[in-house]
Amino acid sequence: MTSPRVLSLNALSKRFGSVVANDAVSLDLHRGEVLALLGENGAGKTTLMNMLFGHYMPDSGGIDVYENGQPQPLTLGHPQAALAAGIGMVHQHFALAENLTALDNISLGSEPLFALRRSRDRVRAKVQGIMDRSGLNAPLNVPVGHLSVGERQRVEILKALYHDARILVLDEPTAVLTPQEADALFDNIGAMTRDGLSVIFISHKLREVLAFSHRIAVLRHGVKVGEMVTADADERAIARMMVGADTPVTAREPMRPGAPVLTLADVTVTARSARDSLQNANLTVHAHEVLGIAGVSGNGQSALAGVISGLLRPTGGSISVDGRTIAHPDPLAMIGAGVGRIPEDRHHDGIVGSMSVAENMVIERLDDPQVQRHGLLNRDAIAQNGQALSQSYDVRGPGIESPARLLSGGNIQKLILARVFEQSPRLILANQPTRGLDMGAAAEVGRRLLAARARGAGVLLISEDLDEILGLADRIVVIHDGKLVEVATRDREEIGLKMAGEPA
Amino acid sequence: MMDVLQILLSESFWAASLRIATPLIFGVLGALLCEKSGVLNLGIEGIFVAGAMAGWMAVWLGAGLWGGVLVAAGAGAFFGLIHAILTVPLGLSQHVSGLGVTLFATSVSYFIYRTALPNVTSPPRIEPFRPLDIPVLSDLPFLGPVLFQQTALTLLALILVALVWYMLNRTALGVAIQAVGDNPDSVDAQGLSVYGLRIGAVMAGSALMALGGAFLTMSAFDAFFFGMVNGRGWICIALVIFASWRPGKALLGALLFGAFDALQVRLQTEVGALVPGQVFLMAPYILSIIALVIAARKADYPRALLTPWFKGQR
Amino acid sequence: MIRIEPRNAPTRLLTLGVPVLSALVALALAAVPLAFAGADVAAAYGEMVNGVFGSVFAFSEMLTRATPLIFTGLAAALAFRARLWNIGAEGQLYLGAMAAVAIGAGAVDAPGIVLVPLIVVLGAAAGAAGMAVPTLLKTRFGADEVVTTLLLNFVILIFVQMMLEGALKDPMGLGWPQSAPILDQGMLPTLIERMRVHSGLVIALIAAGVAQFMLARSVWGFRLRAVGENAAAARHAGIRVNRTLFSVAVVSGGLAGLAGVSEVAGLKGYLTADLSPGFGYTGIVVAMLAGLSPAGVVIAALFIASVFVGADSMSRAIGVSSYLADLVVSMSLLCVLIGGFFARFKLVRSGRVAA
Repeated sequence: MTSPRVLSLNALSKRFGSVVANDAVSLDLHRGEVLALLGENGAGKTTLMNMLFGHYMPDSGGIDVYENGQPQPLTLGHPQAALAAGIGMVHQHFALAENLTALDNISLGSEPLFALRRSRDRVRAKVQGIMDRSGLNAPLNVPVGHLSVGERQRVEILKALYHDARILVLDEPTAVLTPQEADALFDNIGAMTRDGLSVIFISHKLREVLAFSHRIAVLRHGVKVGEMVTADADERAIARMMVGADTPVTAREPMRPGAPVLTLADVTVTARSARDSLQNANLTVHAHEVLGIAGVSGNGQSALAGVISGLLRPTGGSISVDGRTIAHPDPLAMIGAGVGRIPEDRHHDGIVGSMSVAENMVIERLDDPQVQRHGLLNRDAIAQNGQALSQSYDVRGPGIESPARLLSGGNIQKLILARVFEQSPRLILANQPTRGLDMGAAAEVGRRLLAARARGAGVLLISEDLDEILGLADRIVVIHDGKLVEVATRDREEIGLKMAGEPA
Repeated sequence: MMDVLQILLSESFWAASLRIATPLIFGVLGALLCEKSGVLNLGIEGIFVAGAMAGWMAVWLGAGLWGGVLVAAGAGAFFGLIHAILTVPLGLSQHVSGLGVTLFATSVSYFIYRTALPNVTSPPRIEPFRPLDIPVLSDLPFLGPVLFQQTALTLLALILVALVWYMLNRTALGVAIQAVGDNPDSVDAQGLSVYGLRIGAVMAGSALMALGGAFLTMSAFDAFFFGMVNGRGWICIALVIFASWRPGKALLGALLFGAFDALQVRLQTEVGALVPGQVFLMAPYILSIIALVIAARKADYPRALLTPWFKGQR
Repeated sequence: MIRIEPRNAPTRLLTLGVPVLSALVALALAAVPLAFAGADVAAAYGEMVNGVFGSVFAFSEMLTRATPLIFTGLAAALAFRARLWNIGAEGQLYLGAMAAVAIGAGAVDAPGIVLVPLIVVLGAAAGAAGMAVPTLLKTRFGADEVVTTLLLNFVILIFVQMMLEGALKDPMGLGWPQSAPILDQGMLPTLIERMRVHSGLVIALIAAGVAQFMLARSVWGFRLRAVGENAAAARHAGIRVNRTLFSVAVVSGGLAGLAGVSEVAGLKGYLTADLSPGFGYTGIVVAMLAGLSPAGVVIAALFIASVFVGADSMSRAIGVSSYLADLVVSMSLLCVLIGGFFARFKLVRSGRVAA
């Protein structure tokens, strides 16, 4: 790189308890450069960027920001200092107040708090200028709560640029976008870097990293294991670097689908926002079959999952499991009908964190005579069950009597898998089952799902990760705007267009 | 029926409504400010007591009336600070902390009052705020008696409604308070202090609540009694939900409430023989519950209400 | 820079030690108001201890005072465990007391073996109904139960006054607003002769034991804990959240109702509008000091009752206002809250690193 340096991270280290999140990571960033920070979930990418932005205090190491070619040490642990040094960060979870307009969100913190008046016109003019130059457009006068995810992301980026960011950090920016939206975003980034902006984007998607970055740094287990110019990079070599071994490919034997285990007929959910609704959804999952639901998040997946897990009463249509119509769908009825549910948010919906691992393993069958007698818990049976399941599903943690919240994300997922699979369900609803898991744990989840399929269960796999769906699903249905469309192709470009709602 | 109409058209009825509404206006504004920043303040009932006692005590000890108002506001801010420390940086249960502050503020007030005046049977009186007599304005037909023959504290309450509305919607500070009550990360990411904004809002809101109490001892009455607040604070909490966290609707809610209360007092004198007086005494509380039931589902809660936020955990 | 980090699992020492320490700190802080009131602080503490432990009678008075607090403490503890904010124990107490005098003061003339259980059951039912209503308003309409239960306390108290001047008024009461006395055979027997401590205490202790057992060992307790700790996960797992909340509401309200029954049928004999000096609200402090554990409620109630009885005695001897007791009680709530924070979190000093 010939352009001057704008930032250097010098041997940053951070531990959380006994876990080393970052171990002496150093990075340089140059003017106008797009640097991709690549790594698996849990490799320490986000921690590193949170130290850069002052959310976390490093245990050791330092950060220099270059002013006119001269390194200036950045005050650590203070977002204000990072902002003042021209560093902007767009988190995966947007930091936007939904009750305020985009304009108010953008100008937040840039005006003196105790002034009697605000200068909205000046703010608006500056934002308009940035929008014109970068091509990032968003409605400015509508409460952010009404904007689409893509628009919100653009507001976040505009916010950083408004605060004169010279260095922009994007944390997994494409996770919530269609492939086409992602391309547009990278076009905008291209325009901005030509203006002199430097960008670090965090990703675990090899393809977009290879397509859009100038340079790649790979993190694994908190250590920087490689750094290369993108033009010279080799896809397989990087993948190996990320996981430490060749990507395990889950073998999926072809199988003949059996009788239908789940049928949705004209299921409709009307909700306040189109994102939480379903329109006349028709769907059949057969025994010995994995049906994948592909789509960008917020297109009705939560409504679909809500209906099948029994949390959401549909406003129209009917659901049948194993040929029997469920008259009053609620969680108990769905469990009783043989539906095993792996919830999207495993901490929020999957476990009661303060209750023990053993208790969480029986929480779905409290009426089972093995678990209770005359309204009293059979504590020996609960403990034995917990012991047995922990062993066969390899749930590791401080013990079955300790609170479930002490388990790691992967082990919490194993707990839920154990609870679900042990009941030999007819249908398994797996909603984002590998989100946030490392590759080993994710492969384990895939293996278990395929084993259930081999046993004769039907699997409904909802995932935003197209690669996961292509790897596991026998048939693919795209969900967009609350509507389901089956696709015959396995071509990612075509599926991507469908995900964006294009007729293709 | 004619009687009710006659009552509704009389100046004295509306003047009484506004008078009854005044402490509620202060209280609702205070609760609104706290909740807009994301903090439920159930200390309100005790802060009313503290404001009533502190304001009265200051005047009784020789301070001017406005000095008393300042002392009351200061007492409110002090108890607000306790609640803010417990719920904002420490992130403790806003419900329990608020109840704790109510118990604490009430018992501190009673203890100080009892210690200062150990053996009085009839509470000592002060010279309270007098109704205003503003040239021209007070002589206006209808508006004069209703608005301008009130005490200065009532006018202050009305002015504060406008000020709080302006602050929340037209200043950078207000935008930041609304943001911190919706998504604290949005404020933190822009380099503003979540803790600072919330603690400030809770202290300011608590000072307003205390003014509601001070109105009782320094304007509505001229002495401090045990049990004089009598659930007004809790009514304010219900009214904020009814008002969907808007200052204008909060004023409207408090006025409706005052009007109903004024009406029942007048009806009581007419039909008092038919219905026990307690039915009328119950009415405000039942009315608040009904208002809450009607408004609850539609209410536009500040998204971050009741949710603690810790620095560096996102 | 100091940051807050959660402890993995609070140790047993912390969960037990924090409430004890908080109570002691609150007691120690009472020195400030005592000094403010110009009292001899050491003598005041001496009088307080003497007022509780100075004689068998004093101690029995403390037990008498603790009895309703155990009931209201249990009412709050169980409801709070399910994240059902029952702040209405005060009102539910009066409903129970009203039911007790409505049945026991002559309306039903039956031998004690029938009348006493009838009074107890119907008193509990009245309290239960008092919590069932706000819970339904919460589950059906989303009306915050904190506000509704608080407001209902006022409604119920006014209703009691109305009844005491109307239907329940004692015709022999010389015009005082009080109910007729409960028939002798309807009274809960006293435990020790010439002392006021009565068998309501035994019922309270049994209730605490049963609650402790049910919470840990029953399916109902499992559901209650799951709903309280994570309602979303409980619902996902097929637990009927609203039904669970309703059952908790009935039990919680019933326990508060028993507090009223025990005060009327165990102690006073008749109902007045000043039956409870805030037992319902104090029950919340008891529950918090107890860490929401039923067994802990018994100990916390004994402590709070000691504060009240000790402060009363001190007040009579030295003349410092007995509102001191309320002050100590409220401070112990604030202290235990802060203490609970340090039991769950630790402050970590992260040294600044030179860049």
